[in-house]
Amino acid sequence: MSCWQTISSYVFRSVGIGERSLPKTNIDICDQFILIGSGMIWNVYFAFFALLFGFFAATSLAFARNSKFTILSFPASIFIFIMRGSPLFIQFFIVYETFVLLPKVGWDLNLGIVEITLETRWLTRAWFGALLVLFLNTSAYSAHIFYGALKSVPIGDIEAARALGLTEKQINKRIIWPTMLRLAWASYTNEAIFLFHATALVFFSSFPAWQQKGDALYYASYFADKTFNPFVPYPIIAMYFIIFTLIIIYIFNAIDKRLNKHI
Amino acid sequence: MFEFCIDPKIIEGFSWWSCYLTTGKHLYFYGSFFVVFALLLFTVPLILIFAFAGAIARKSSIFPIRWFGILYTSMVRGVPDVIFFLFVPIALDQGIEYLRHKAKCSDWTESIRQGNDFVVCQAAKMPLGSSDQWVHEAYGFFTAALAFSIVFGAFAANTIYGALNAVPHNQLETASAYGMSRHQIFIRIQLPQMWIYALPGLSNLWMILIKATPLLFLLGVEDIVYWARELGGSKSERFSSYPHSDWRLGYFIVLLIFYLILSWVSEIFFKRLNFKLSKGQATLGSSQ
Amino acid sequence: MQNLNAAVNFWQVLYNKTKEKIMNLNNLMTGAVLIAAFATSAIAEDRTIRMATEGAYKPYNFINDNGEIDGFEKHLGDELCKRANLKCTWQTEAWDPIIPNLVSGNYDTIIAGMSITAERDEIIDFTQEYFPADPSTYVALAGASNDAINGVVAAQTSTIQAAYAAGTNATVVEFATPEETIAAVRNGEADAVLADAAYLADFVSSSNGELIYVGDPVAIGGGIGMGIRESDTDLKATMNTAIASMKADGSLAKLIFEWFDGRVVKY
Repeated sequence: MSCWQTISSYVFRSVGIGERSLPKTNIDICDQFILIGSGMIWNVYFAFFALLFGFFAATSLAFARNSKFTILSFPASIFIFIMRGSPLFIQFFIVYETFVLLPKVGWDLNLGIVEITLETRWLTRAWFGALLVLFLNTSAYSAHIFYGALKSVPIGDIEAARALGLTEKQINKRIIWPTMLRLAWASYTNEAIFLFHATALVFFSSFPAWQQKGDALYYASYFADKTFNPFVPYPIIAMYFIIFTLIIIYIFNAIDKRLNKHI
Repeated sequence: MFEFCIDPKIIEGFSWWSCYLTTGKHLYFYGSFFVVFALLLFTVPLILIFAFAGAIARKSSIFPIRWFGILYTSMVRGVPDVIFFLFVPIALDQGIEYLRHKAKCSDWTESIRQGNDFVVCQAAKMPLGSSDQWVHEAYGFFTAALAFSIVFGAFAANTIYGALNAVPHNQLETASAYGMSRHQIFIRIQLPQMWIYALPGLSNLWMILIKATPLLFLLGVEDIVYWARELGGSKSERFSSYPHSDWRLGYFIVLLIFYLILSWVSEIFFKRLNFKLSKGQATLGSSQ
Repeated sequence: MQNLNAAVNFWQVLYNKTKEKIMNLNNLMTGAVLIAAFATSAIAEDRTIRMATEGAYKPYNFINDNGEIDGFEKHLGDELCKRANLKCTWQTEAWDPIIPNLVSGNYDTIIAGMSITAERDEIIDFTQEYFPADPSTYVALAGASNDAINGVVAAQTSTIQAAYAAGTNATVVEFATPEETIAAVRNGEADAVLADAAYLADFVSSSNGELIYVGDPVAIGGGIGMGIRESDTDLKATMNTAIASMKADGSLAKLIFEWFDGRVVKY
């Protein structure tokens, strides 16, 4: 199979589009590059949505933790403690084993234009269940970082805002929240990178791969097993991760510049 | 372990549990918790060594060394630790055996790579084939610790580098004005004061290190995850005196509680350490 | 006529006696060949043979209540080492890196229920088989029809069963450990599981009718042999001889009978 043919058959294999059977014999380096690259689709998918939803959850949790009402701060701190204190590997396992015990029902949801059925079965699928775990995990870590930054917001700024007559809501939105983000951004970049790396664990722990659709590490392990030579697929996946990590760092640095524009 | 455990079929309730939880396999499980502790304690000095080496390399004025420092800290941080753990131990193992082979068996005429096989002379094998199993397991533990240290040393190098730069420059200038040599400034002024700035990053890294220990089983170490899976799996009467269904969820909840306690204790420790190191520093923490 | 009978008798007796002598000579020669084989395949006296097994695949190999390696292959391996006069130690290794570690020289044999396949044979060498090709079977929950084999089928990652199932019409779900594949059938995630018959037998028999066989057994992979590095020809010869001797005196068949629910093999 020439390299162009490989690209067309396997580049979307990780989401089920393309050649059904994985290369078994005469595996060449093009096969490995394309298929492992195809697996990166899952890693990017997980990282993007977990970070996106996790960001908003984290800021809410940070404010909740900082709240003077115990009914808000206590559950927030317990949640952060449990999700930060336990390894992701174990979280995947416990969540998956709990979800498989749920009865398999579906609820119909009428969204006006279209009616969809929410299935509990989705919880055991990686695209939903693993995303849920990653989302909860990153919200807890990010909430901890944002909470620390929240506590470091200079009081002078808040007092000046009050002196200028801004309402509490305006102060939160225009002073506290952006300052919190600015102070937290370096650590948050680190957390984003860790999350991206953690997405490699999804198919390595409890969540199974359906129809041999998996992430980059799943395909790298497949090749390492088939060719009995780990010295080719693992450096390839390392290279992909380095490239994407650099992209994440670039994006986050750009946001950092924007946050620090006034300084 | 107890006399009434000879025939587990006839006992029930508390006695059954006391026999079940003290089988040889369970004792290995409890022992593996100490393996995790041992790994954590063993890697800390190694991580600091790699971290300082990396940080000093990055600050170096010699171009190749500085490049190597930057490469080390960036590349290792760019790759997930799982991938390192799948790859580094075999590479390290072969590397060490290769060096030993060159040193000890210079009269070896055959090539080392025979087809797919990596073959070195018997005396170069590390550890030796004739050593007891515990030597092999200890060696496996050591390579695991080394793999951990290389990976986390890169992260720590970044933190140490930042902390070294964060020591207020006026302190270094004053020391220089007093006539201290560069070496003396580093050892007496920069290094002791660096710790308070490094502490948040290092404590974070410690928490991440704790969370990375479940991956030890990838490195061939029989750690708590390995035994939890092994013990939790369903057992039939034919192969075990204590048959049970799938209890893996229960065992993993035990692991969860273990990690939560470990994290909690670590956080208390770091809070105290932070307080102690803040004494005399011009930070918000010391005035509280 | 009587002379003829006597003559025939004479030649017959002579023939029988010669046959006996030849057979004795044969035995003697075989013995001599065996001894010569042991003598010429000179494994160095000080070499300890390290045997690697998975420890998670009943009844071939598993960890017993005392935390020790146990199972058919442990007993087989110990017996083979005894017959070959070798000092052997055991260790467990996860399934995925078991071949790369052999090739790297971390141990000397793989004795872990590994089927002899052409793919694997390119990388390592196998001794003669010590267990016949075990068919793989489908197991499903009670009440499932034979059509379950075309539904969702669970298999362990990187096994020959996973590769086989991926080629059928079924939807394959791959799990990291064999335990999880059975759990998937039990909790409804999968319609059926495809694995070695010997491994599934215990689950089906101890499930009180909850698990049943569906579909037909399929023959995937060859017999089970011991994996040895291609460069380690001495060890392979020694092990082959030991296995042959166990087959010859029936002790291998007896061991299989004990461990595999009274299975009778023609060895």
